Amino acid sequence: MRSMVEGAPTKEKRMASTTVAEAPPRPPLAKRLQESRGFLSFGFMLPAALLLLVFLTYPLGLGVWLGFTDARIGRPGIFIGLENYEYLWDDSVFWLSVFNTLLYTVSASILKFMLGLWLALLLNENLPLKSFFRAVVLLPWVVPTVLSAIAFWWIYDSQFSIISWALIEMGIIDHRINFLGDPTNARASVIAANVWRGIPFVAITLLAGLQTIPQSLYEAATLDGASRWQLFRYVTLPLLTPIIAITMTFSVLFTFTDFQLIYVLTRGGPVNATHLMATLSFQRGISGGLLGEGAAIAVAMIPFLLAAILFSYFGLQRRKWQQGGGD
Amino acid sequence: MASVGIREVRKSFGSTEILHGVSIDIVDGEFVTLVGPSGCGKSTLLRMIAGLEGVTSGQISIGERVVNNVAPKERDIAMVFQNYALYPHMTVAENMAFSLKLKNAAKAETEARVQRAAEILGLVPLLSRYPRQLSGGQRQRVAMGRAIVRDPQVFLFDEPLSNLDAKLRVAMRAEIKELHQRLKTTTVYVTHDQIEAMTMADKIVVMHDGIVEQIGRPLDLYDRPDNLFVASFIGSPAMNFLHGEIGSDGGPAFHGKGGVSVPLNGAAGAGGGTPVVLGARPEHLKLSDDGFPVEIVVVEPTGSEIQIIGRTPGGEEIVANFRERHAFEPGQTVKLTVEPNLIHLFNGETGKRL
Ligand SMILES: Nc1ncnc2c1ncn2[C@@H]1O[C@H](COP(=O)(O)OP(=O)(O)OP(=O)(O)O)[C@@H](O)[C@H]1O
Ligand SMILES: [Mg+2]
Repeated sequence: MRSMVEGAPTKEKRMASTTVAEAPPRPPLAKRLQESRGFLSFGFMLPAALLLLVFLTYPLGLGVWLGFTDARIGRPGIFIGLENYEYLWDDSVFWLSVFNTLLYTVSASILKFMLGLWLALLLNENLPLKSFFRAVVLLPWVVPTVLSAIAFWWIYDSQFSIISWALIEMGIIDHRINFLGDPTNARASVIAANVWRGIPFVAITLLAGLQTIPQSLYEAATLDGASRWQLFRYVTLPLLTPIIAITMTFSVLFTFTDFQLIYVLTRGGPVNATHLMATLSFQRGISGGLLGEGAAIAVAMIPFLLAAILFSYFGLQRRKWQQGGGD
Repeated sequence: MASVGIREVRKSFGSTEILHGVSIDIVDGEFVTLVGPSGCGKSTLLRMIAGLEGVTSGQISIGERVVNNVAPKERDIAMVFQNYALYPHMTVAENMAFSLKLKNAAKAETEARVQRAAEILGLVPLLSRYPRQLSGGQRQRVAMGRAIVRDPQVFLFDEPLSNLDAKLRVAMRAEIKELHQRLKTTTVYVTHDQIEAMTMADKIVVMHDGIVEQIGRPLDLYDRPDNLFVASFIGSPAMNFLHGEIGSDGGPAFHGKGGVSVPLNGAAGAGGGTPVVLGARPEHLKLSDDGFPVEIVVVEPTGSEIQIIGRTPGGEEIVANFRERHAFEPGQTVKLTVEPNLIHLFNGETGKRL
């Protein structure tokens, strides 16, 4: 834009000068480069591109390469082709971790979306102490994951769980719940912990989205005869979709690659019932020393992540109504 | 269609009272404009009629029904917002059909009504566009279309033309007026532009600081303003004011600052010695040898007329319009008079018309 604006007067000057001198002089190379949009934008992108190359592409490339070797910790491996992947193909624990990751991601994301949207709608009302509640909602997100994971570890402890204690005191159950020892309970427990941690992100971004919806649209719809549900259904939800799409893409990516919570709470147990691809990769690669195999598991996550990104990119792109002339 | 009654309505936000007892009667099918300076409570009153704001005290009725506690959607009114408030994710047709869709109206009927409204407003070629793809004037028409489709008891407009350029504003003004003559729906139209108010209204309500200053037909307000505020607000350029008192000696006359003297009709005179304000419209000032002197400061020819801005010996500013092409020069002193029956006299203390 800038270069176009700056370019305009020079062109006019050149046209004016043709009436005096026969051949308009070609501007020097440095000046032409300065005014070329392509060159400028390339120049501005260069630092970012370099950073990405060094800190993102290199480790990623190294990971992919390791996946094709039989490297162990302390011993550089040799290229073995797809052997790691062939091994994983027949490994039931790997397939269990894929299942666990999908279950974890899908159920946690759905819960985070519903609870986060509900919380955002609630916080968007005119409550007393509004800003106080907004700050409180952010807490789970501000606390370092490891710290909150340790807190959950206590909450889920087989002896000292506060939940078991409270339910027993209230007379609802008569023996302690085995939160992390039973496969089903353990899965539900880690999902609950992840949801608790992820809600603030969803709620606060959706709240920001809600606040961009003009009040007058609600007033107009009220006069048009909309009930509260219809206001939500026909005004809030459609106008919030673009924000929902972005928020949930991020939320899904965070959840899919989650590691810390599981690692602190269950380390993948009991009997691998909560092993995610990320934790399995760490266990095989670092704890077990099989760097190549660990890397192969990590690389196997990439197609899923790409699929999620492509889905959000193509499926949830800018709506038709958002395109076209501005105000 | 319905009449609208507003009786002793007050409105407070927290502890500040915004409307201090407003009463207006709007007859069935009338076009009423609410006009007044910014912040005087016009929008608030309109939103109270719509039901978007509660009534602190007093009574609002639509038709025979008192609507103080009736929900907005039960009031059967349609409102055009200043920023149009079009649903950005719906096409023009969907925007207009939305209220019918909420009522579960039959599809054919909905389409027919949208089509008819689109024809009235010239929106047919735009029906499948989104609001972002429309110009300001087109959006304004869609907002009106959305109201027309409803076929409501009352139309409410809140400064619908203030976002448009001058030319479009004049065109839309005529369009809205024509629309009203066609549909005959009771209309309350808020504006702070007195020209808009004058040209469109059957009846004007002049508001100021949360009270009604005067209600009347446009020309009545122009010819007989009740008080100084209405006199200065209605008319452009504004009425000239001279401060002084009624002379008691000789015939009835106005004596102003700097020895300015204007003869009055006997009937217009109040008791001698009372402070008064004399008002004269710019187009009522005439050149005359026995008038009061005015030193010309600026001369502004507009083509159809010549406007001069000048100063009396008492230092008061005077604006005068002449249809004749006099050759005025800045610095020149002219003598001006007003016909006694075109003079407005106001009480100098209360501002009320004498
Ligand atoms: N929600 C509110 N809370 C507190 N004060 C308000 C609120 N809405 C309006 N007011 C006040 O009420 C007064 C009247 O506002 P209103 O919007 O009715 O003015 P208006 O006549 O429409 O002015 P304008 O021509 O600028 O639109 C203003 O002083 C405004 O500050
Ligand atoms: Mg207003």
